[in-house]
Amino acid sequence: MYSYTEFDTAFVAERNRQFRQQVERRISGALTEDEFKPLRLMNGLYLQLHAYMLRVAIPYGTLNGAQMDQLALLAEKWDKGYGHFTTRQNIQYNWPELRDVPDMLDALAEVGMHAIQTSGNTIRNVTADHFAGAAADEVADPRPVAELLRQWSTDHPEFQFLPRKFKIAVTGAENDRAVIKAHDIGIQVVEHDGEIGYRVLVGGGLGRTPMIGKELAPFVPQADLLPYVEAVVSVWNLLGRRDNKYKARIKITVHEHGIDEIRERVAARFAETKAAFGGVDLELFEEIEAQFAPPAFRNAPTEAFDAAYEADPVFRAWCDSNLTAHKAGGYAIAQISLKAHGKTPGDATAEQMRVMADLARRFGHDELRITHEQNVVLPHVHKSDLPEIHKILKAHGLATANIGKISDIIACPGMDYCALATARSIPIAQEIATRFDELKIENEIGELKIKISGCINACGHHHVGHIGILGLDRAGVENYQITLGGDATETASLGERTGPGFPAEEVVPAIERIVDAYMQHREGPGESFLQTYRRIGMAPFKTALYGEDAGKRQRAA
Amino acid sequence: MPKAFTPKVVTANALLEGDVIYLAADDRWVRRLDEAEIITDEAIAQLRLLDAQARASEAVGVYLADMAPTEAGPQPTHFREEFRATGPSNYHHGKQAAG
Repeated sequence: MYSYTEFDTAFVAERNRQFRQQVERRISGALTEDEFKPLRLMNGLYLQLHAYMLRVAIPYGTLNGAQMDQLALLAEKWDKGYGHFTTRQNIQYNWPELRDVPDMLDALAEVGMHAIQTSGNTIRNVTADHFAGAAADEVADPRPVAELLRQWSTDHPEFQFLPRKFKIAVTGAENDRAVIKAHDIGIQVVEHDGEIGYRVLVGGGLGRTPMIGKELAPFVPQADLLPYVEAVVSVWNLLGRRDNKYKARIKITVHEHGIDEIRERVAARFAETKAAFGGVDLELFEEIEAQFAPPAFRNAPTEAFDAAYEADPVFRAWCDSNLTAHKAGGYAIAQISLKAHGKTPGDATAEQMRVMADLARRFGHDELRITHEQNVVLPHVHKSDLPEIHKILKAHGLATANIGKISDIIACPGMDYCALATARSIPIAQEIATRFDELKIENEIGELKIKISGCINACGHHHVGHIGILGLDRAGVENYQITLGGDATETASLGERTGPGFPAEEVVPAIERIVDAYMQHREGPGESFLQTYRRIGMAPFKTALYGEDAGKRQRAA
Repeated sequence: MPKAFTPKVVTANALLEGDVIYLAADDRWVRRLDEAEIITDEAIAQLRLLDAQARASEAVGVYLADMAPTEAGPQPTHFREEFRATGPSNYHHGKQAAG
């Protein structure tokens, strides 16, 4: 894992010192709110509906036990005993007071963490595949690239006042678990004839105008990556529209100018950036890469795991849904669901954070990951330890066996917290999860991803949910639009609207009708919801939701 | 006929705590909506807003929120103001916990 250099430590300390003074000047009245707001946003501090909110960066979702313990400390000491993990692999605290925030930032700095560039028109926290360094299907660990990008983008003088925010994601595998096609830049580590390089996508994004990213370059050699990415951001920085914030993201620039023109402009700019970099980035990359060397995996028997798997149906169910194949023999990737039925998606109490930190230290080579699906991962656990790990998780409400299932819902904070929201998300997620838990058909349904956003900014990724739910304000009442057929992976697609929206109390019955239609039409348990939808289209679901006539009209169209 | 004026309260977030505050008739910032001054005259509402906005070291994001006057005090006409006056629905935190 990457540890801060003296330079990193000094930089963060200096920023925290500056911010402490800015807070003091705001409180004394020397700074107006208009002057203070951009300064607090640069340090991750928002003002939400009921309180301030501090967004802390978890670069590429990677944490060690000490860092998770410190997040627990912040939750307990300066918040209300919990934290909320987000779809950018960050954590948000919903209740800090202004005077306490500089102390919170200092506490974070003690464990090599910060809140810099978690807001504002800058390059945001770089996200990555949450199974990085562990997945069996991986070409190479994407995190050294993500860390290189983090160092390059942090306080980059050219990119502090971009037309709009800018988000980068990196995956090291063909199976995309980092939603790279819905990012401003998506990077996929690829291998051609034994050489490692990068496939670069550009212009994806969700929000008001959702778009799937387009391929800008099929293979950028390792040595060219940073100057190439700099060329992309640089071209957009000049070309991107500053006249209209809704047209400022790079997806609109790519859409308006066309991918071919953007590619030409990037190539011209790249000639300049490549010459300017002069190879210093490669030395840095090697230093970073060395810090992400895999842990010393042990060679041990797995009989204890096999015996528990046979004997304990609860453990077996958890293994079947929460484990993923690891690249090392005898090991597994274990996901800890933060989606207990009826609870707030992505929330963990301070006590739960400490339990996870302790598990990572005892059984997981001191590594934890946060997923963009708002769960936590123990990326390297030996199978023989899993029965004990499961027992401890169960004792702390962390053993929900629902990864990838209908109750493993992404939900943004919505109008329960967010000042931008147009409707609530959390109660809808709670009700859906509770209902399908009562029906006891979750396992029968199989893989089904519901994603809920409380406004068109789409923090809840609703466009790429198999079932997407978007909360809107319709004449002063919460109303929810449903989309079907979205996909966040390498086969990415945007969901299609079913038709008119539903009032809050009708959302759960609507989801039930959609699921019933799927169960009726699927060719068998082996055909997932998304596969069925792609095979039969919208019409049967329209009929299920709005009656026979609506379905017929859809078929005729 | 001009459109009837919807009664208002002056509201904001407190600078230090960040929580929802309302302007009372005696110029204090109060935490409870039922203690807020309900303003039924448009011109007065604008003046009260300007006064409140000048108190930048106490309040952030001052604005006028629509309310219905009732015997129990101002009642929100939109769900957003209802949530601000109550707190989040997933935990007993915020105003509802302060009682």
